Amino acid sequence: MRNPVVLLQRTALYAALALLAVAVIFPILYTVLQALLTPEQSSQYPPVLWPDQVYFGNLEKVFSLIPIGTFIGNSFMIATTIMIGQVCIASMAAYAFVYVAFPGKKFWFTLFLTTMMIPWEVTIIPNYLTVKSWDWIDSYQGLTVPFLASAFGVFLLRQFFLQLPRELFEAAKIDGAGHVRHYLTIVLPLSRPALASLSVYVFLQSWNMYLWPLLITNSDGMRTVQIGISMLQFEEMVSWNNVLAGVAVVLLPSLLLLVLGLKQLVRGITAGAVKG
Amino acid sequence: MVLASMQEGKLALPAQAVRAHRVARKSSARVRRWKEVSLGYLFLAPSLVLFAVFLFYPLVKSLYLSLHLTDPRGRIAEYVGFDNFAQLLSSSMFWNSLSVTALFTLLTVPAGIVIGIVTAALTHIKLPGMRGFQFVFSLPLAMSVSTSAVIWMILFHPSLGILNYILQQAGLSPIQWLTDPSMALLSISMMTIWMQSGFNFIMVLSGLQGISEDYIDSAKIDGAGPFRAFVQIVLPLLSPTLFFLTVISIIGSFQAFGQIHLMTKGGPAGSTEVFVYSIYKEAFVNYQYGTGSAFALVLFAIILALTIVQFAFVEKKVHYQ
Repeated sequence: MRNPVVLLQRTALYAALALLAVAVIFPILYTVLQALLTPEQSSQYPPVLWPDQVYFGNLEKVFSLIPIGTFIGNSFMIATTIMIGQVCIASMAAYAFVYVAFPGKKFWFTLFLTTMMIPWEVTIIPNYLTVKSWDWIDSYQGLTVPFLASAFGVFLLRQFFLQLPRELFEAAKIDGAGHVRHYLTIVLPLSRPALASLSVYVFLQSWNMYLWPLLITNSDGMRTVQIGISMLQFEEMVSWNNVLAGVAVVLLPSLLLLVLGLKQLVRGITAGAVKG
Repeated sequence: MVLASMQEGKLALPAQAVRAHRVARKSSARVRRWKEVSLGYLFLAPSLVLFAVFLFYPLVKSLYLSLHLTDPRGRIAEYVGFDNFAQLLSSSMFWNSLSVTALFTLLTVPAGIVIGIVTAALTHIKLPGMRGFQFVFSLPLAMSVSTSAVIWMILFHPSLGILNYILQQAGLSPIQWLTDPSMALLSISMMTIWMQSGFNFIMVLSGLQGISEDYIDSAKIDGAGPFRAFVQIVLPLLSPTLFFLTVISIIGSFQAFGQIHLMTKGGPAGSTEVFVYSIYKEAFVNYQYGTGSAFALVLFAIILALTIVQFAFVEKKVHYQ
């Protein structure tokens, strides 16, 4: 027989967890359920929580109300560009810091360190003026180029490169392989876990970006989902379930990414906390 | 003599060859070294150029702008020295946004970390179903600031929102979540804590996973209950993670913008006007790039001070394994 005290403890534990889980999941669940309500149900009082049928009319309506397809396309394009750019540029710098002997390495590394202390918000006014003077307002360059380099990415990858066995480097050297070949054919393929972590992390961050696209996009053709979805909120004559249907559409890619890449994402996030 | 010269000649030839060979080897080593150095810089170049253009130059430019008055297109109108800073420090807007941000930090950071510890510690217990709970608690990671803000605005709606409906069902009077000046910051904090909870959960959970089971087992052998073992053994071992989380949470709350911009626009009566929102308003609504930059530099100083505190002062007092 189980000890009754243990049983009681476990019941209390699961009850507490269930309560917390409901609190966390409620806003997301509410969004999805409201998105599936018919217009009649959503205007009822007391409010209906659970749809009695699966109704996709709201989703269709959202696509006709705002060019959400364009917004998703833009966000996807921007997040992918930033992701690929950061992975390439950061892995090159990390490679140089780990494998290449050049004078001033320590100085440059410290300089990279200091960039992590400059919050993006502090540089936003001059960056806005720079981008404006280059006529990059409302352009993909303006939305991506300022984010292509990241010191965080360099640190994450450097940490991983340092753990790769050094013998591989020596063996490649004896085989006559230069740095470029070693970087492309040995270091990068072996670092797939770290590259995946960085990719998932950067993609999600870029997908969720708010302040910068708000400042530098004016036309519907260049808006990202995050700005587009908040516009929906302030449209006249748009009912809640349409707004929430839009939110659900925007959330879908991030939730999918979370399901598929949670392990990579966790590694990416916690890399920042690793000392050294 | 002939013999000698012949011998000399004979000797001279190899000596020359050796010298030539040495020179060649030396220069090829130099070429190789030169190639190595230039390759190193070539690999760093993209990062360096981007940092220079979008990070270091803007920092210097901020300093320059903060000492000038500008026209609405960002062109310099006149040099005013430290007037922008003086004006800032004597304006009620600056002190209001500083105190609102401090209050916002106080409302979000401790509660967020406690929730992170509770959710992570409970799901770290080895019992069935924990993977499911872990997934649920990490779900808010997928939420962006704008999707969260839109959802919560609907939840917070004064007459039709579900939160007030629940309150009414419980026999309580409805709350003006976002329009009551004494309530708005609290509502925004609730939403922010929810939005950040996935991140806090993941950070604490991976901190817990890094702690060896042996510590906890030995505490249990000593007769400590699970709660006492957690407080006395696990929490001290977790302190580096918690400390790091505290610092980045404070920095994060000083950078909050999206939820304020979407939900309250700083109002009602400036009660939710946090720091970055003030910078945004100064620069991109009022087109005061000079005072906006002065504002931004004060933010930089605050965040820098927090980072230095992290590195130099408190880190020594935190327990490391």
